[in-house]
Amino acid sequence: MQRVGGLKESPSQTAGPYVHIGCTPNFADISIYGADLGAQMKTGPVQGQEITLKGTVFDGTGAALKDAMVEIWQADAAGLFNSVNEIRGQADPNFTGWGRSPSDMNSGEFAFETVKPGQVPFPDGRLQAPHISVWIVARGLNIGLQTRAYFEDEAEANAADPVLSRIEHQSRVPTLLARRESGGSYRFDVHLQGPLETIFFDV
Amino acid sequence: MANNKPNAGFIARDRAWQPDALTPSYKTTVKRSPQAALISFPSTLSEETSPVFGQDILGPLDNDLILNFAQPGESAIGPRIIVHGRVLDQNARPVSGALLEFWQANAGGRYRHRKEGYLAELDPNFGGCGRTITDEDGSYEFRTILPGPYPWPNGVNDWRPGHIHFSLFGDGFAQRLITQMYFEGDPLIPLCPIVGVLKSQAAVDALTARLDMSRNIPMDARAYRFDMVLRGRRQTYFENRVEGL
Repeated sequence: MQRVGGLKESPSQTAGPYVHIGCTPNFADISIYGADLGAQMKTGPVQGQEITLKGTVFDGTGAALKDAMVEIWQADAAGLFNSVNEIRGQADPNFTGWGRSPSDMNSGEFAFETVKPGQVPFPDGRLQAPHISVWIVARGLNIGLQTRAYFEDEAEANAADPVLSRIEHQSRVPTLLARRESGGSYRFDVHLQGPLETIFFDV
Repeated sequence: MANNKPNAGFIARDRAWQPDALTPSYKTTVKRSPQAALISFPSTLSEETSPVFGQDILGPLDNDLILNFAQPGESAIGPRIIVHGRVLDQNARPVSGALLEFWQANAGGRYRHRKEGYLAELDPNFGGCGRTITDEDGSYEFRTILPGPYPWPNGVNDWRPGHIHFSLFGDGFAQRLITQMYFEGDPLIPLCPIVGVLKSQAAVDALTARLDMSRNIPMDARAYRFDMVLRGRRQTYFENRVEGL
């Protein structure tokens, strides 16, 4: 038979404990580049509701990961991406949509100063609920974990979301909900294992 | 970027080729690996778009680890090497404009990091990080020193082969990837539990750079060739046709 298929994706390997050297060198006290990429998502006054998204990644014993790196990617408040592949319109020029946060070396907490995203269509045209794509790497993770942070206070949009509604075990959906805290911040804790294990995606 | 059908979805990631989350010989995975099945859905604009990084973020020494942390007139210690190659997608198209970040231990196997305690000395002229952006044809190049092997706490006598970590962006966030490059002929490669998470010799080979004598700089540096592949997009007329045809 003929062979089908193209090239194999490069195999993933763990980011290891020293990911900061390469990705957030200032955080690792190596100051040769200027500011760490992804540390600031806003480059000027932004449209929409400004929020803080923060959380902690926990392992199967309940311990906080202090050597993880979390990245987020999201639409602006109007649902547009600041990307070369965005053909629907011009995204907010003062909002990059991409953030990168190392877990704090003492507490394990990550944090992003961002905006609440607008709605983005699913391939079939239905609107997805507001969400933030989350990508997590760390020592002990052989391949980056993909998940999404949705918003607990968007119940109506969440109920109609094409991704959330296809999840068989609906009791797990709350693991994807960022919860409102005081001062305009949302908490999105990630559990790698256990009864509260976060839903991770293959997308 | 190099995709002519920017809104075609991504080819599903080959989970039979990529390492599993739980690989007990790499002990840290035991309590950090998700246990439930991953939930699948077709990629959306959230995964098919990605941040943009322009050449303007790069400094002149960002791709030169021999000099980018060194005092004026000094340079990092170790065998001088060039690492070069191309970034392609699964359809063998060049991925241009892709941000590559890389980091590594020094020639003695020591990382410049406050959590690192290996007794090998730090090199005052070596930071251990660099970055570049791929050219139109997906090619990249940087200069560094050969990283040393080092022991790590897993088994009592586990050593990492010399390696360079790579972080890659494509033009879709679904392509985001971190991996490691190994060096042809390193006897520690088949002994390493982290290499051991790879499921086949073909996967190990895909992460093993070849000595490339044709790119050496005579009396200066050897060259290693390392190509990488990011996820590709589906290539089908029928997915993107105009409705009514």
